Amino acid sequence: MDSSAARLTGDARPRLPRGVRLAQSEAQGGWVLLAPERVFKADTITVEILKRCTGVSTLDEIVDDLAKAFTAPRERIHADVVNLLGALADKKLLEV
Amino acid sequence: MATPDAVPAPLGLLAELTHRCPLGCPYCSNPLALDRDHEIDAATWARVFREAAALGVLQVHLSGGEPAARRDLPDIVKASRDAGLYSNLITSAVGLTPQTLAALADAGLDHVQISIQDCDEASADHIAGYRGALARKRAIAGEVVQLGLPLTINMVVHRANIGRIEPMVELALSLSASRVEIAHVQYYGWAMKNRAMLMPSRAQVDEAVRQVELLRTRHHGRIVIDAVVPDYFARFPKPCVGGWGRRSINVTPAGKVLPCHAAEVIPGLEFWNVGEHSLSEIWRNSPAFNAFRGEAWMQEPCRSCARREQDFGGCRCQAFLVAGDARATDPVCHLSPRHAVVEQLAAVREDVAYAYRRT
Repeated sequence: MDSSAARLTGDARPRLPRGVRLAQSEAQGGWVLLAPERVFKADTITVEILKRCTGVSTLDEIVDDLAKAFTAPRERIHADVVNLLGALADKKLLEV
Repeated sequence: MATPDAVPAPLGLLAELTHRCPLGCPYCSNPLALDRDHEIDAATWARVFREAAALGVLQVHLSGGEPAARRDLPDIVKASRDAGLYSNLITSAVGLTPQTLAALADAGLDHVQISIQDCDEASADHIAGYRGALARKRAIAGEVVQLGLPLTINMVVHRANIGRIEPMVELALSLSASRVEIAHVQYYGWAMKNRAMLMPSRAQVDEAVRQVELLRTRHHGRIVIDAVVPDYFARFPKPCVGGWGRRSINVTPAGKVLPCHAAEVIPGLEFWNVGEHSLSEIWRNSPAFNAFRGEAWMQEPCRSCARREQDFGGCRCQAFLVAGDARATDPVCHLSPRHAVVEQLAAVREDVAYAYRRT
């Protein structure tokens, strides 16, 4: 059993795989993450993190960018990002 | 019955594109009376998809029968994408060629689910009633992965294969599936007809549930294992289709709109057709969708049960099929006064020939 969180090093370039995408739905009350036979409601923080997971930016760059955008401590942002992305990767909803 | 004030927004559309299928699985979820005469065309499906998206639907499940039996499947997939829907192809893979699959990927298909009847080849082909089925499925699964599409393997579990959960999950892993569904047979339509032949024992069910838990831990992060519970052996009923008229819409090959794929077994329900009404009108106002919305229809013990907002009284079709009353508590529930009937049915096992589903 490998932990996805362990693979989320600073130089990882996370991205949503094919078949997983963010969408906006007025009828469903905001942003959703669409995945194989599953739909997750996405809160603002989740959306801001996932929008940056393009496979281009590194994890460090994503965290720096979010820390700047939300004027929040880098360590806290880092912990939030790794938590979210690790959980998504475990569910095969993110490529690391 | 009065229309409830707030009709919720549906999330999913099950589009039964055709009831034609090369396989004969004895637990097929299609009704015993198959739609044979008429299939709505791709342009009508395109309109249905646009209307579904406007209602709030996010995902369309392109199913059948075998959806690949339709030559215009790529047009239908493209229409779902154009409508902004997430498209999921539910296929047997038999009759699906690599060329068609590539066209579907180009048309914007999001996800493919392939059914596999067993990991043992002779058994798989016997259950499907089709020689060479497993080999074809393996080959197409490889093409799906090659095209970069996410793959789910769906395995329907019953007495003939319930002892092979572990190798079935291994097979899904070897095919590079990101998700596997271990789906215990639900007894409607063809499965109900074959119930005594499909029914596992309580000991087999308990072992299968234990296996799934073990395999989830072992393969955590490698493959997602989702399970559909064997509801004849459960204490509480399933929240069928997420509640009647709350989340799901089913459109038959001929364009009839149902709250769930089995709903036509319930006598006295009036279903509307997309040829005569918009999907929005059907969702909000058709008698069938409003028949079991909300809680006014419930009887005891559901009416005063704390779980009624969680499981919605279970499945209306099962209440009718087993308890003889579509408004009754799903008899799978141990609180149902008719629960003993389910226990009796779950104890009937006969080794006879399958009654294959044939078109």
